[in-house]
Amino acid sequence: MNDSVAAIWVYLAESPLLGLTLTLVCYQLACTVHARLGGHPAANPVLLSVAMLAAILLATDTPYPVYFEGAQFVHFLLGPATVALAIPLYAQFGRLRALAGPLLLALVAGSLAAALSAVVLGALLGGDHELLMSLAPKSVTTPIAMGVAEKLGGLPSLTAVLVIATGILGAVGARYVFRCLRIEDDAIRGFAIGLAAHGIGTARAFQVSEQAGAFAALAMGLNGLFTAVALPLLLPWLVRLLGA
Amino acid sequence: MLRALTGLLLFQLAGEVLARLLGLAVPGPVVGMALLLAVLALRRGPGAELRGTAQGLLQHLSLLFVPAGTGVLVHAHRVAEDWLPLTVALVLSTAIGLGVTAVVLKLLVAPTADRGDST
Repeated sequence: MNDSVAAIWVYLAESPLLGLTLTLVCYQLACTVHARLGGHPAANPVLLSVAMLAAILLATDTPYPVYFEGAQFVHFLLGPATVALAIPLYAQFGRLRALAGPLLLALVAGSLAAALSAVVLGALLGGDHELLMSLAPKSVTTPIAMGVAEKLGGLPSLTAVLVIATGILGAVGARYVFRCLRIEDDAIRGFAIGLAAHGIGTARAFQVSEQAGAFAALAMGLNGLFTAVALPLLLPWLVRLLGA
Repeated sequence: MLRALTGLLLFQLAGEVLARLLGLAVPGPVVGMALLLAVLALRRGPGAELRGTAQGLLQHLSLLFVPAGTGVLVHAHRVAEDWLPLTVALVLSTAIGLGVTAVVLKLLVAPTADRGDST
C-alpha cells in the first residue's frame, strides 16, 4: 500500500500536472477566503496563494523549479493577458486622450519617486549594490522589471519576487494612502495604483470599477515603458551620489 | 474564444518580433498591447468574442502572478538576511509612488475631476 502511494507520488512529483493543478486549487481557495472576508484587500489572493504554495512546497521538499514545470503554463498567460489590456484601454480612450498631459506628468513624477525612494531607503539601511539594483524596478510589471534589473546589475529572479511583493503592498495599502490624501476619483486612484503596483494593483483596480482598471492598465504600460528607458540612464548617477 | 486567443498570441508574437528587430528595451507583450490598441482604434472597437476572451483573462489577472511570487522560496535566504532594507524600502516607496502620482494628477486635473465618479 505504502509502496504504491510512494510510486504514485514519484510519478506525480515529476509531472507538470501537479504544479499546475496545485496553483489553480490554491488560487481558488484564496479567492474563497478573500470573498468570505468581504473582499478585504489585506486578504489578497496572490499573497494567500503564495503562502499556501510555499508551505506545501516546503512541507513536501519540492524544489521550486520542479513546481514551475507545471506552473509555467499559468505564468505564460501573462503575455496574452498583457496584450488583452488593450481592450479596457480602448474603452477609456476618450477620457485618456483628454487627460494626456496631466497623465504624462504624473507618470514621470510618480515613477521616479517610487524607484528612487526605494533605492535611497535601501541604501540608507545598508543594502548592497546588487540588492539596490534589484529593488529599483520593483514597481513595473514582472517581465520589464526583470530585464531592467539585469541591465542594472541586479538579480532578475529576486526582482520578480520584489515586484510581486510591491504589487501586493500596493493593492493592500492603496486605500489608506488615498484616504489620507483625499483622493476620490476612480481614474486618479486607478492610475496611481497601476503605476505603483503594476498588474496586481491593476487586478485590484478592476475590482473597484472598469474605469479604475483601464487607468491602472494604462499607468502600468506607461510606467513599464518609462522605467525601461529612464532607470538605466539615471541610476548610475544616483549610485555614485550615494556611494553605494 | 479560440479565434480571440489566437489573435492575442499573434499580437504578442508581432510585439516580440518588433521589440527584437528594433532592439527596444520594452518587452514584446507591451509592444503587442500597443499594436492591438492601434488596430482597435482603426477598426473602432473590439468584437464581442475578443471582448469576452479579454474579460475572462483579465478577471483572473492575479492568478498569473502566483507562480513568479512563489519564487520567494528561492530567495528566502536573501530576503531573511536583508529583511530590514527590503521591508522599509518596499513599504515606503510604494506609498510614496502612490501618493506622488495621485497628488500630481489631482492637482493637474482638478477642474475636471468631478466628472469621474458619475460615469
